[in-house]
Amino acid sequence: MRWIWIDRLTEFEPGKRAVAVKNVSLAEEHLHDHWEAYPIMPAPLMIEGVAQTGGILVGQVNDFKYDVVLAKISKAEFNDIVVPGDQLTYEVVLEHMAPEAAAIAGTVRKNGEIIGTINMMFSHANNNMQGLDLPENFVFTGSFQRMVEPFLENANG
Amino acid sequence: MAMSEQEVFEKVQETMVEALGVDDDEVTMEATLTGDLGAESIDFLDIVFRLEKSFDIKIPRGELFPDNILNNPEFVQDGKLTDAGLTQLKDRMPHADFTDFEQDPDINKMAELFKVQTIVNYVMGKVNG
Repeated sequence: MRWIWIDRLTEFEPGKRAVAVKNVSLAEEHLHDHWEAYPIMPAPLMIEGVAQTGGILVGQVNDFKYDVVLAKISKAEFNDIVVPGDQLTYEVVLEHMAPEAAAIAGTVRKNGEIIGTINMMFSHANNNMQGLDLPENFVFTGSFQRMVEPFLENANG
Repeated sequence: MAMSEQEVFEKVQETMVEALGVDDDEVTMEATLTGDLGAESIDFLDIVFRLEKSFDIKIPRGELFPDNILNNPEFVQDGKLTDAGLTQLKDRMPHADFTDFEQDPDINKMAELFKVQTIVNYVMGKVNG
């Protein structure tokens, strides 16, 4: 299984906001352990989906030069469960951007209805953890790059 | 319109509750950010972001929480701030109370300068000019 918890970006406004969708499928292994008799999408994986959407939004501001890592989940509230067949939409808005870190506000929708609010912060690892010898660009791998490329081509052309 | 210290405190308190996940009665004027309220490094930036939004002010990097002091050998010797370091820090943090710290400027105690009162003083200076 690949650690990619969004299926597609549907909207992308550089430096402002991004929207991604995630279709929840019973083919996903983890749902059979969480739980076999009653599969529901784990909330931490929805948080990860928001983090991935937000990570792309934040990373793009600096042309993906810095590795953006999740540093803090300030708030994560859910008021409904998500089951196979549901479509999730993650909307993130960039609230603050500083040289060393960024903050976003996220909303989780299930089939169009808001079911969660998430605020989180990202750290620019390369600016904050000098000396750790981090591999170059270990966050933004091919799949994420390919998701955002169509939007950037449109913006540039 | 000028804000009173109480008005500023109430908004700072709300900011701390949201940023650090603490109860509002824990956020007293004397509470230290790291010791009493459990703030970690990323939280300091979170607090700065939230104060900017909540009070509609700009907080230049290093102004509320000074940087580039501890990594300067001129300012730190044997785990304590030198006179030059202390002077520099006091100059950079007119919003902090140095009464206790300057008796023993051990860098491990520097965190005690960052109290809720320190933030309230800083914000008062910003919003009331």
